[in-house]
Amino acid sequence: MIDATPDTPHDAGQTRHVPDRLNSRAMRIFKSWEALLLAVAIAIFIINSFSSPYFLSAWNLSDATFNFTEKAMIAFAMSLLIISGEIDLSVASIIALASTAMGLAVQYGAGTPELIAIGLIVGLLCGAFNGFFVTVLGLPSIVVTIGTMSLFRGISYIILGDEAFRGYPASFSWFGQGYIYWVFTVEMLLFVIIALIYGVLLHKTNFGRTVYAIGNNPTGALFSGIRVARVKFILFLLTGLMSGVAAICLTSRLGSTRPSIATGMELEVVTMVVLGGVNILGGSGTIPGVVIAAFVMGLVTFGLGLLNVPGIVMSIFIGLLLIGVIALPRLWTMVVARHKT
Amino acid sequence: MTRIIPVRETILACAILFLIVLVASRFSGFVAPSNLANVFNDTAPLIILALGQMVVILTRCIDLSMAANLALTGMAVAMINVAMPGLPIPAIITIAIMIGAMMGAINGILVWKLSIPPIVVTLGTMTIFRGVIFLISDGKWVNSHEMSPAFTGFPRTVLLGLPVMSWTAVMTIILFGIMMARTPFGRSIFAVGGNPHAAVYAGINVGKTQFWAFVVSGALAGLTGYLWVARYAVAYVDIAGGFELEVVAACVIGGISIAGGIGSVGGAVLGAIFLGVVKNALPVVNISPFWQLAISGSAILIAVAFNARAGRAKGRIILKSAETTQ
Repeated sequence: MIDATPDTPHDAGQTRHVPDRLNSRAMRIFKSWEALLLAVAIAIFIINSFSSPYFLSAWNLSDATFNFTEKAMIAFAMSLLIISGEIDLSVASIIALASTAMGLAVQYGAGTPELIAIGLIVGLLCGAFNGFFVTVLGLPSIVVTIGTMSLFRGISYIILGDEAFRGYPASFSWFGQGYIYWVFTVEMLLFVIIALIYGVLLHKTNFGRTVYAIGNNPTGALFSGIRVARVKFILFLLTGLMSGVAAICLTSRLGSTRPSIATGMELEVVTMVVLGGVNILGGSGTIPGVVIAAFVMGLVTFGLGLLNVPGIVMSIFIGLLLIGVIALPRLWTMVVARHKT
Repeated sequence: MTRIIPVRETILACAILFLIVLVASRFSGFVAPSNLANVFNDTAPLIILALGQMVVILTRCIDLSMAANLALTGMAVAMINVAMPGLPIPAIITIAIMIGAMMGAINGILVWKLSIPPIVVTLGTMTIFRGVIFLISDGKWVNSHEMSPAFTGFPRTVLLGLPVMSWTAVMTIILFGIMMARTPFGRSIFAVGGNPHAAVYAGINVGKTQFWAFVVSGALAGLTGYLWVARYAVAYVDIAGGFELEVVAACVIGGISIAGGIGSVGGAVLGAIFLGVVKNALPVVNISPFWQLAISGSAILIAVAFNARAGRAKGRIILKSAETTQ
């Protein structure tokens, strides 16, 4: 990983996880990143509901969830990966490759179950490919995944050229377009289930503890008996798998595959993870934080979309949000420190 | 011996030569001097940007906002040109470098003063810069007929057999060669990346050095922004989209360690040329350009795997297995 602050790599993000007797539990929650984010989310929600009369409609809000569900599915797995000190920039390309593979299968008359299996398997294989380079050959993940990012999408381009695959079976569209109950979409259900799974995995299991341990001190983790390489390999597999799931949803929602599908999504996923309070240098972060960050990003894009703000201008807000949310607590501590001296 | 002939650069140079010979065996016109000059000219922006990225990566940072910076500066100077067609080219270039350096300084300040991880900062500014282009241009294109002939003609002006575009790259290479090897700034960049703690004790301000590294990369992105827009005679929001990762790839292929501190000007240049040759050779040997992404991706993976093998033996044996897992 890229080390930003040589003297104290884990300063601001770390301290809040250290138990402090002077701070009560309630105070800590109040000061936490999640609370800050939640406040931002509520503020955006209120601003949105005042700025457009169309905002507070159940169908519109349900539509808005598509802005983040697919990205968030990957973001959960990516959170674990980033907490462990690695990163996967190839997720959007894995989506492209998985989607291409599914499109190819459709041309040979594959049904919905086969398509799902293909999507998941391609995701897993891509994850295993990344994991192999990072854990077996010991290469920096940021470089490996920049390479596989070109490679995976390149294969999609080789297969597809400038064509598009269509003709997905009708039952396949359920994943991206179906509703479970009233306006509650299938993707939203998947989002909730996956959030719960990753929340439990990271916060309630031994595996989750080892992920934090590896992120804080890989060498220390190794010498305390954690199979660092194996855990990291599993995390790459999970990220690949989630990209496969996202590919199924996205392909099903769009009903077609182009090689340029999901372009640039990797950076949005990383933005979501970092916005969720995960330290990009590894070692800290929570799943609830990422869930709230997903809502924040979804609300921002949806609210601005209703105001007819073009997508590219929304990215200004996302960028400002990303830098601002991280900069503000640091600015605050700087100001406080200056007043004390 | 390895001091005189650096191993990594030699291998890369051989790989490029091998590639050229391979292409030449099927299409001899590829090695004609004029064609090779064309290839170099096509690669010039990548070379210039790779040198800027190299400086940033050497200080343990990364600049993902380079392509967005390039596009924003390009759009800005194109609009300045449309508004004031009479503005002389040196002024335009100065403005381009200033705008680029300013955006680099924004990155640098955030990294230096607020110690936000560079990857987060530049991820944010990347999207912000792209958005700003849309705001200032209203999403419209600036086309060739709106630009003045002097503006678009400058990078294509041929001097001593090579266009100005190529000469800019050559000048940048020479300048960076001197800067990295002969100036305190160049040495402090290596020191900061090699061992930040030791650099502090040696009296080097780590944050400040990273700040200036960002300013340098920003200035180069600005310069390239003008050259790019003028050469292709068009400016729009998505110009050079995704180019930032190609620049990082060129550095990585050139053996610049993403962990900082290791790398050379020659490596960055050769890495960029390697990608440039691949890109230019594909159509010549009748491979569809759709293969380009996959091939450059594989090249990155092979290059990284190779470099990691070369630099493996250094660590202490007791920590060897620990290092490989990091």
